[in-house]
Amino acid sequence: MGKLRLLVVDDEPGIRSGVLRILENFSVSYPFMDEDFDFDVVEAPTGEDAIDLLTKHDFDIVLLDNKLPGIQGIEVLEYINNKQLDVVVVMITSYASLDLAVKATRKGAYDFVPKPFTPKELRATIETITKQLFLRRMTQKLNVEGRQIRFQFLSVLSHELKAPLNAIEGYLKMMQEKKLGEYIADYMEIIDRSLFRVQGMRNLILDMLDFTRIESGKKSRNIESIMLCEIAQQCIDSFQPLSIQKGIDIYLNCGAKLPIKADRKEIEIVLNNLISNAIKYNKEGGRVDLSLGIEGNHAVIRVDDTGIGMKAEDVDKLFEDFVRIKTEETKNISGSGLGLSIVKKILDMYEARIMVESTPGQGSSFIVYFPLDNQ
Amino acid sequence: MLKKEKKTILIVDDDSDYLFQMKSAIQDMGFEVIQAETQKEAESIIERTRPDLAILDLMMESHDTGFILCHKIKNKYPEVPIIIASAVTAETGMIFDVNTQEDQDWIKADLFLDKGIRLDQLHKEINKLLKL
Repeated sequence: MGKLRLLVVDDEPGIRSGVLRILENFSVSYPFMDEDFDFDVVEAPTGEDAIDLLTKHDFDIVLLDNKLPGIQGIEVLEYINNKQLDVVVVMITSYASLDLAVKATRKGAYDFVPKPFTPKELRATIETITKQLFLRRMTQKLNVEGRQIRFQFLSVLSHELKAPLNAIEGYLKMMQEKKLGEYIADYMEIIDRSLFRVQGMRNLILDMLDFTRIESGKKSRNIESIMLCEIAQQCIDSFQPLSIQKGIDIYLNCGAKLPIKADRKEIEIVLNNLISNAIKYNKEGGRVDLSLGIEGNHAVIRVDDTGIGMKAEDVDKLFEDFVRIKTEETKNISGSGLGLSIVKKILDMYEARIMVESTPGQGSSFIVYFPLDNQ
Repeated sequence: MLKKEKKTILIVDDDSDYLFQMKSAIQDMGFEVIQAETQKEAESIIERTRPDLAILDLMMESHDTGFILCHKIKNKYPEVPIIIASAVTAETGMIFDVNTQEDQDWIKADLFLDKGIRLDQLHKEINKLLKL
């Protein structure tokens, strides 16, 4: 039997003892939980007492009345958020205070119990919360493991290399066993898929080389004065074949020559990645605008595309190693998931910032602010 | 003579090529195959269908997709055996796998397999789990 610690914060003794009584012999069980949970109830008559208890002890659930004699419930909620305590907060409130409900939800309250509540209502709420708490902790546990895994770069890399190898091997075996019959024409689709996976693997290896360059490159970096506009033009030229194939026009807007001090190869990697993404994730007949300029003491590199765009929550993940945004639209676009993480690593070395603006279905903009002082 | 009903196997993997090949291989073994490429797709399948066995990839959209699906399937159909297939194994010195007893107890899959497993071996394992 697992125990969950519950703190009830209410200035009415009747409510506190009611909660105590209702949860005394109550336990929650689910088929997928290893154990049942019951509850240890601790009482606090004021917000100040609650904060004091929360500082000293761990709790899982807080039942929180908003109207308290001293500080208000919502302030206790703020305290819990600021300290990032791993508790689920339920506000005890009357139906009338819709305002508070909205405010508290924004601040992270999980649920509400109307006051006065029946034993059944309270138990139902606690049951839901227990389940939610269990799932949250389970996910957290996995995320911690996930993060540790991420650091083990080589291992992830081997996963990424093994997947296409397995796929190609599988298709070759199908051909060997003549699974689709005697005619080579019937194998075209799996041959195309194999070539697609080969291409993906080649991209990954190329990106890996860039990666190694950054990791080991610290001694071999060659910082010199380079002309940003010139490099940008060369990058665009090198993408001509790809952009013609996809019917995408690339425009370079560059006022001055824009000299910066940097390693040429590194800047090429940054520009190549941004431009190739803007083409790859564009729509047929779309456009890419590469604009270079100066804002204050920063050189600004801006790449706008008219592509598929992405959701805000995907933007946050974009710069992590091996992250690819998986949607129906990106499914058949080959990419290693390393490009933008390489870009980020390079920009970090220059203390440059990169910002992303994106609207699904309309396009994305990547904006780099490259500091010109210390140059 | 009554024709024996074919058993249905659900395969969930985000690698469409792997999915395609597994489907073909498992159909050759004499099973019906339903497939899903995302967690969401798999969830909606589980809503309406009860497979006789499920083979899940460990890492899909996120690191825990396989685990979460496993829980959901076991929750709805506790008796359906689940195989978790993963591509990375101990050879890299790295644990993507569910190696410790603690994790295995917790994750509740019936079997953990390397994706590189030979097909005849996989067939045997499936038969064992389906008690065929």
